[in-house]
Amino acid sequence: MMSGWSLIRIATILVYLFLFAPVAVVILLAFNANQFGSFPIEGFSTRWFEALWNNDAIIRAFKTSLILGALTSAISTTLGTLAALAMVRYDFPGKRSISTLLVAPILIPEVVLAVALLLFLQFLSMPKSFGLLLMGHVVFTLPFVVLVVQARLVSIRRDVEEAAMSLGATPIQTFFEITLPLMMPAVMAGMLFSFTISFDDITGTLFWKPGGVETVPTQIFAMLRNSISPEINALGAVMVIFTIALPLIATAIARVASAQKIRAQKTTA
Amino acid sequence: MADIENAVELQNVVKRYGEFTAVQRMDLTVPDNSFVTFLGPSGCGKTTTLRMIAGLTDITEGDLLIRGKRVNALPIHKRNLGLVFQNYALFPHKSIYDNIAFGLKYRKVSKSDIRDKVNRALDLVQLPHVADRYPNQLSGGQQQRIALARAIVIEPDVLLLDEPLSALDANLREEMRVELKRIQRELGIATVFVTHDQSEALAMSDKLVVMNNGVVEQEGAPEDVYNNPASAFVADFLGHSNIIPAALGTPDAAFTNVALQSGETLLTTSEQTAKANGSTDVRAVIRAEKIGLSDQNGATDGVIAIPGRIKTVDYLGQQARYFVTVNGRDWQVINPIDARPHHEGADVFMHIAARNCVLLPGHHD
Repeated sequence: MMSGWSLIRIATILVYLFLFAPVAVVILLAFNANQFGSFPIEGFSTRWFEALWNNDAIIRAFKTSLILGALTSAISTTLGTLAALAMVRYDFPGKRSISTLLVAPILIPEVVLAVALLLFLQFLSMPKSFGLLLMGHVVFTLPFVVLVVQARLVSIRRDVEEAAMSLGATPIQTFFEITLPLMMPAVMAGMLFSFTISFDDITGTLFWKPGGVETVPTQIFAMLRNSISPEINALGAVMVIFTIALPLIATAIARVASAQKIRAQKTTA
Repeated sequence: MADIENAVELQNVVKRYGEFTAVQRMDLTVPDNSFVTFLGPSGCGKTTTLRMIAGLTDITEGDLLIRGKRVNALPIHKRNLGLVFQNYALFPHKSIYDNIAFGLKYRKVSKSDIRDKVNRALDLVQLPHVADRYPNQLSGGQQQRIALARAIVIEPDVLLLDEPLSALDANLREEMRVELKRIQRELGIATVFVTHDQSEALAMSDKLVVMNNGVVEQEGAPEDVYNNPASAFVADFLGHSNIIPAALGTPDAAFTNVALQSGETLLTTSEQTAKANGSTDVRAVIRAEKIGLSDQNGATDGVIAIPGRIKTVDYLGQQARYFVTVNGRDWQVINPIDARPHHEGADVFMHIAARNCVLLPGHHD
């Protein structure tokens, strides 16, 4: 006799299988020695990774994606954090509409956004460029940073800042001594978000990228149009590992840093 | 030491938010070394006033002086104040040591002096062993002690306390109240304390300022304000009072008759009749605990006995609160319980001494 709980357990396992089995298959096939991707794999080999490494187009795409992601997250995080500060800490006319506008890119379908930006560029009679691509990525990663940082800022009580100022810290010193350290986890999260979103994006990127420039997703897309090469499995595996490892490494660094801080304080006190 | 210096002085201070006036024409002094309490219901302007002194809120009109210097436009970080908030407002990412040392960093104090001062502050609040801990590792009461230590370690000109006990449990609150008063005495630091709790206000203050609707209703020593309320609001807000419109008889050397609108006649003293300013239109204020209940008539010289019937009894342990019906009107009476409280429906006499019948002018305020 099966109880309700074991049914739920089985359902859960099936859902997870459905979600993650394809990813696992891609990673397994990446190590397949055979030229034709069939399952189960025949023989273990890293030759597809080597092929990947020697494929200039892919390496170039990878570099483009890294630079684009890094620049997007740097710009989005800076602008988004400042916007969140303005939204939470200050009152000004039109605050509500600006707040809505800031998060609107999440609600608008990406295709619409992509076309709109292109039309706008045409209106200004400017050619497509890396700058435009970067601008597009900033536009749709900005809301994530704003939302994450805003949520954190709301939970930082104003009286903590007021206490710091009453003790003699100027508003700028208060920001760097109190507010910024307290909202740092959210800023870092926003940074990671915008990086991975930019790194993963394909829709907007297809519209905005100038000729000859490929990011990893558009490169995969282009390769798939010709044939399904096992190299793509390898590339997929690298991307999966990359996007999973990045937040994990960031968390680990944050943990080590705070542990060191506590140890340092113990020795001084 | 010719004249007493004032730590804080408010001259004609007004605070307006658009059309709304939060504080109206306030004149007030906080003498050096004294403990001044702003007491009032929420929205009375007490916190706004504290925030104006702190420099967290702009002053619309008037002048604010700290130690004789006009500071209207001086930003908060240049005012040298100690601020303690209701929710402690400790820096969660800094150790207790760094929390307390925070203000000293901006005051050109050497490292070894900082250590000495922080340790002394920790001793003063009786938490010498928590320097290495973080705020979330301490209890609410401990956190508020640290907040206090952080505020006083910079030797501020004024200590501003914004409902610092409200977030604590009842028994802890009492302990902290005694502690706070001890530390304030020990340091002799001018203190402004904001609260809506009348027992805190009465127990701690040198000077009590009762506020309502942005106006100072009365200021003075706690016992003066309590025993001699200057307005119906003060009489009602501090403790429980019976306030009854009355007509004043011809003033007399000994006692003067006060004819209550409800029909009874009380006596009052010459000290009180002076407050009527020659008018006969007055209100009589009789505090609930100043009325003695007895089943004997027992009227004597200067004490009136009024017969009534007990309508309800609130049993409160050490004392009981009665509603006594006299000529269709309910009087509040609070009496200590001697063996057993009077029971509901009993016929009793209310004894009211002339000195406990306080007068207010008629319906003008």
